Amino acid sequence: MSGLIAWFSSYDGLIIITGILCAVAAALPGNFLVLRRMSLLGDAISHAVLPGLAIAFFLTESRASVPMFVGAVLVGLLTAVLTEWIRDFGSVDEGASMGVVFTTLFALGLVMIVQAADHVDLDPGCVLYGSIESTPLETVLVAGHEIPRAILMLGSVAILNLLFVIVFFKELLISAFDPGMATTAGYSARLMHYLLMVIVAITAVASFETAGNILVVAMFVVPPSTAYLLTTRLSRMIVLSLIIAVASAILGHWSAKAVPGWFGFGSTSIAGMMALCAGLLFLLAALFSPLNGVVVRVYRRMKLARRILAEDVIALLYRLEERQPGRSVPLSEICTRLLSSRVATQWAVTRKVHKGFVELTDGGYRLTAVGQRAAAELVRSHRLWEHYLVTEGISPDVIHRQAEKLEHYTDRELRDRLQTESSAPALDPHGSPIPEERG
Amino acid sequence: MKWRALLLILLCEPLIASCAQGAELFSAVDVLSTVTTPSLESASSSSQSDSHLSRLIFLRDYNTRVVILGTSLLGMAAGVVGTFTLLRRRALMGDALSHATLPGVGLAFLLAPSLGLDGKSLPVLLTGAALSGLCGVAAIMFVRNMTRLREDAALGIVLSVFFGAGIAVFSVVQKSGGNAAGLETFIYGKAALLSAGDARLIAIIGAGVTFVIVALFRELTLLCFDEGFAASRGYPVLLLDILLMALVVITTIIGLKAVGLILMIALLVIPAAAARFWTDGLAKMTVIAAVCGGASGLLGSALSALFKDLPSGAMIVLVSAALFFVSMIFGTARGVLVRALRRRSLNQAIDREHLLRGLFELLESHSASHGRSDGTAAVSYSELEDLRTWTPRRLRSQLARCKAQNLVQTTTDGRLLLSNEGRTEARRLVHNHRLWELYLMTHAEVAAARVDREADAIEHVLEPELIAKLEALLELEHTESGIPESPHRISPSGTSGAWQGSAGASSAGTETLP
Repeated sequence: MSGLIAWFSSYDGLIIITGILCAVAAALPGNFLVLRRMSLLGDAISHAVLPGLAIAFFLTESRASVPMFVGAVLVGLLTAVLTEWIRDFGSVDEGASMGVVFTTLFALGLVMIVQAADHVDLDPGCVLYGSIESTPLETVLVAGHEIPRAILMLGSVAILNLLFVIVFFKELLISAFDPGMATTAGYSARLMHYLLMVIVAITAVASFETAGNILVVAMFVVPPSTAYLLTTRLSRMIVLSLIIAVASAILGHWSAKAVPGWFGFGSTSIAGMMALCAGLLFLLAALFSPLNGVVVRVYRRMKLARRILAEDVIALLYRLEERQPGRSVPLSEICTRLLSSRVATQWAVTRKVHKGFVELTDGGYRLTAVGQRAAAELVRSHRLWEHYLVTEGISPDVIHRQAEKLEHYTDRELRDRLQTESSAPALDPHGSPIPEERG
Repeated sequence: MKWRALLLILLCEPLIASCAQGAELFSAVDVLSTVTTPSLESASSSSQSDSHLSRLIFLRDYNTRVVILGTSLLGMAAGVVGTFTLLRRRALMGDALSHATLPGVGLAFLLAPSLGLDGKSLPVLLTGAALSGLCGVAAIMFVRNMTRLREDAALGIVLSVFFGAGIAVFSVVQKSGGNAAGLETFIYGKAALLSAGDARLIAIIGAGVTFVIVALFRELTLLCFDEGFAASRGYPVLLLDILLMALVVITTIIGLKAVGLILMIALLVIPAAAARFWTDGLAKMTVIAAVCGGASGLLGSALSALFKDLPSGAMIVLVSAALFFVSMIFGTARGVLVRALRRRSLNQAIDREHLLRGLFELLESHSASHGRSDGTAAVSYSELEDLRTWTPRRLRSQLARCKAQNLVQTTTDGRLLLSNEGRTEARRLVHNHRLWELYLMTHAEVAAARVDREADAIEHVLEPELIAKLEALLELEHTESGIPESPHRISPSGTSGAWQGSAGASSAGTETLP
């Protein structure tokens, strides 16, 4: 335990804590930004605060952090308000109005800073890359302990954001999904919107000053988006986004030291690597999310395709047996008749053999008694559907394809209904007998 | 019309591009300035003191010339591309993609020496930028099409992750001791460092981008306005989408060195957004965006050259922002002023129609109660004022306007009458109003007490074709006056009650049909 404390108060430990606090503070309001389709606001604010810093400097003639902080937060809020104003007043697309506002403010800030550059060292580089590497160096004394200023600041912002989300959870939820309903339920959706903007601006500015803007812009968007792919409940999404944020901070710190070493370089920017790691976690979630991940979807589709092919095989064997009883069909004939590839067909037939539906006799395949029964169900579904579609007035030319699709999704209950709806036919529209339901 | 306009840009840019190929343009400008300056200097001898300004105006400085030319061309190309991304509702795509070029720049610098290339040569860095920008395009498409997330999240993720990667690579470059001093200009941009070669590159690539857009104008238009329709017509929507993003990447890359990454976003968004206020036609909008972007580049870099301590990239953006605000207020198609004027004139037309109809109906009820059918019973001002919830000022100004148009007349004792023209117009309005009321009652089963209010809102926009259809549908027997009788009682209290809210409407519900 004491070893752990010692490690955390080491240089690297302090950097990791700073990163984690920044990630957590940003991910909390980030969830609502992603849900409200305002993911780019963090980035916009991060550029737009420049004139706020410059004005605060001009007014106070110092680089004291409180006026700078206030100036930046105000301009951050102004970005959100101006974006909305141009969107409504000029009826401009939201993205475009955000683009106009933040680039203009940034340009304004650049001009101001260049004007001030004669008097003081206030270069845009130090505004944009407040660096996480140097956070342990700047400490303040709190209750007899030397605590890095960044940790104190980001810690209070993280606690503020956590309280905000917990206290206003229901209001935030309703106004994120249905602002109209929020208003009828008696919450002001507008008030919640502006409160959220204030929180976002405070978080963004506190983070730029300490950990740099890359980290916070990434943490506003990436962990919540990752969590969004993993769950459909807001409370779980928030918790997951926090876990992902912490994981990417830790992973990022490790990889900033380790990864460049693999290529023979020294270490690299920790904040940059934290953002990159968050991106990698996102990629993993997008690929492997059990909910709707790319791999899962591909796997499901393949599984369905295989099932359908296997069912087509036994239905084909049934039909061929109908015409020529006792015949065994070679694999090549199955392939040509189903227009399927040899490998996939072989796989499907082998599975059916394993299950005891199909048996291999004198160089070809034949249905077993069990297989006969399963196949009869499919063929019965197919022919019942054909009959039903014709009685519903659909042209006989197209019914085969329809029935071919529907037969794979038809169960006993549906077959019985089809039978009664189409008055228990004995033959399908093509003249083939409809097999009886067995057992 | 549209094609001619587009051909104009198409022709302009290669022309400038071919000029920029060599020193032709510069010599042409030299010739121009030698021809014009002496006459001007003789005209105003005081211009000697302001030599800096005249040097700038006549582009005598080789550097200034290159910078102004390069940034103007860049603005034009960005305006053209930006038009389409704006209409595709993806204005901030440039934001994401310009950040996505960063890791490529760093990696190119890092890896070029091992491939035997110069890590600081512009083509090498730009190739790296292009490759990583295209990776960004692929990533955006992946997130948008393969996950549940929406466009904005896709842009946000690509932006922040690629930016993070870029910073990580830059940091490696710096710590490995390589001389990376030039790389920072890719973030902030330094137009002053533009060389003639860079300007030529901008001109050629800008012309290429414009050419692609003009060649695929129809396809891109469909993509922007009706993606589903484009897909159903067999256009390769996905490919077009990727192509549009690739054009954004290319435009961003040529702008990186001139204005820097962040301000490049501005050039992609602002000129196009400004052009949107001036027109509803896509071809015109493209041209206006190009002009606006070109003007921003020209004025911005000129201002920066004129005054000390004004960074050119930032000035270009501020000029385009100023153009945007001017367009937003004064734009002739969607500007704030035009829309306010349009709303005002619509409101006035509505007021006028309400006034005429009100007068007509008052006169009608007067002549009915006085048993006189000549319609000479004039209406007093107070009766008219009670009819509706209009303010006295609004009513008076409208009355004055109607008198000026000779629609309304005053009798000697100050009472009001309709003139012959006024009567014809009012008759038409009352006819429309009552037709709609009858239609609502017979075909939409709306209560008699409510129809007045609904007809009141729609009577101003009924087209003649619709009126003819309504007449046929309702099979009206022509009354003496040519207009159907009102289905509800018309009195100042009754009618004003009907539009004072639901309470009034329900109390009016007790009225009986005539």
